[in-house]
Amino acid sequence: MSTTVTAPTPTETGGGGRRRRWTPGRIALLLAALVLTAAWLLPLAWAVATSLKPESETTGTPLAWIGSRVTFDAYTKVWESGELTRWFLNSAYISLMTTALTVLTCAMAAYGFTRTHFRGRRLLHGLVLAGIMVPPQVLIAPLFREMVQLGLVDTYWGVILPQVAVPAMVFILVKFFDGVPRELEEAAFVDGAGRWRVFWTIVVPLSRPVLAAVAIFTFISTWNNFLWPFLVTTDPNGMTLPVGLVNVQSSFGVRYAQIMASLVIAGLPLLVVFALFQRQIVRGIAHTGLAGQ
Amino acid sequence: MTSTAAPPPPVAKRTGTARRPAARSVRRPWTEHGLVFVAPFLAVYAVFLIWPLISGVGISLTSENITGSGGEFVGLDNYAEAIRDGEVWSSLWNTVWFTVLSTVPLVLVGLGLALLAHQLRVVQWLWRLSWFAPFLLPSGVVCLLFAQMVFPSGFGLADQLLASVGLEPGIGWLSDERYAMLSVVATTVWWTVGFNFLLYLAALQAVPAHLYEAAELDGAGAWKRLAHITLPLLRRTTVLVVVLQVLASLKIFDQVYIMTGGGPDDSTRPILQYVYQQGFTGYRIGYASAVSYIFFALILPVSLVRPLSARRRAEEAAK
Repeated sequence: MSTTVTAPTPTETGGGGRRRRWTPGRIALLLAALVLTAAWLLPLAWAVATSLKPESETTGTPLAWIGSRVTFDAYTKVWESGELTRWFLNSAYISLMTTALTVLTCAMAAYGFTRTHFRGRRLLHGLVLAGIMVPPQVLIAPLFREMVQLGLVDTYWGVILPQVAVPAMVFILVKFFDGVPRELEEAAFVDGAGRWRVFWTIVVPLSRPVLAAVAIFTFISTWNNFLWPFLVTTDPNGMTLPVGLVNVQSSFGVRYAQIMASLVIAGLPLLVVFALFQRQIVRGIAHTGLAGQ
Repeated sequence: MTSTAAPPPPVAKRTGTARRPAARSVRRPWTEHGLVFVAPFLAVYAVFLIWPLISGVGISLTSENITGSGGEFVGLDNYAEAIRDGEVWSSLWNTVWFTVLSTVPLVLVGLGLALLAHQLRVVQWLWRLSWFAPFLLPSGVVCLLFAQMVFPSGFGLADQLLASVGLEPGIGWLSDERYAMLSVVATTVWWTVGFNFLLYLAALQAVPAHLYEAAELDGAGAWKRLAHITLPLLRRTTVLVVVLQVLASLKIFDQVYIMTGGGPDDSTRPILQYVYQQGFTGYRIGYASAVSYIFFALILPVSLVRPLSARRRAEEAAK
């Protein structure tokens, strides 16, 4: 795991000379990179282009990038149908709640494991670490049966709670807390602060970057999660955006502009998150390598 | 949970004295009551991870259906049936085949893109945006996009690309057994290669520049520097990338379920989809649990690679 990366700026690692010359070899590399970039962006650009066409011009060959007119009809239609709005709000609520609960419980647990002493602490810590080995996907059958018994099928909590206890996040935070000197906390305590005050006024502010990373990853993975929300919601009103979209893909019929418009709407929050937090996301992945889980 | 009136014993044991306010700062009492901090996490963890893991073993020994009724103890019958079930084996094979087909390009393309971006050192935001941003999209969005816009025959992007270079379009990208799995792999590469790209890029940026400077002074060309400095230094990152990739690929479900539904003729159906079909559409939750644990047994050795190699490294370092 590469924990020493500090995301250097290009000039810091500039090899021999400060700025490389544009040799023919380097120009060839640049062209290759640009071709690959175009290949990667093509499907996305095509989705956006299709969503802006009149419905009658979305298929057939050969296809033009831009239809006879640029129209937002598809967007207003999917938005007016109401379902998409509903799923968008469900996804937002579920993702934000999951993120808040995950950050809170994992940060508290990691603090408890690194800074406190109680009987059974090592055992419990080991139990949490061992949980990293258990992919949630192998638990779908027993977990669903438990949800039936708890009456949580088709509820927000049924989607949220199983996504909250992520051992990998505790692992990341424990590693971070281990590297933070304890003197500040000790001094605060001598000054009369209680353990809660120490946690909230010293530990949390000091850990803001790592907490932000955990929050961003939790939000992304919750917004994108498909399998569990798909299993635990049967009522269309309670579906998250990805589940709802997959569920109705057939009922769209051949209205490709509308399908693409709804995909753009579903993907947009993630691209906004990326634009806002590009640095934290990149650094978080480089530091932990765990974001994909 | 410990109440504030009863501090946990280890602290008192360490100092060997009764609790006395005067000795507080010495005994670091802010380290008391740790259970209060870990309790919320542990509660959720116990109910939604540990308990299903344990109860699932019990369920797998019964003939239960999904509502929890009608369960009779059947011993290892479910496991015995699973081992004789040809569909379990074909789904496991599809899962492993997908893992092989996807891991190789995902690691190599990820490495290639990272080398490219690292060499160029210009417009890094553009490379990150185009190669990494798709990783952040929901599987539902990516798979619907590919199923509805890239792979349909005729107007789909893939067919149009064929037509534009003069080849015969009209390939059943998702409906022909020869191409369906490859189309799922291609979609997955487009979608998730950015993660490996970022891991490799970070590792490349951590290589100290003086190594290259020294090699350049010795007259080593670009290819020599790549082969003798860069690639050897990336070995540990490669282990990490491969393990994470294999784990992610073994858990394939979304792409297949959304794009092919497991078809044509179950030729792409992974093991997780078989669990879903048995448990959630066939209502055989006991049998589905048994198949899940067989799948778990397949995954577990791979997830143990990283902690074990980390321990070995630590032991070697200690010597």
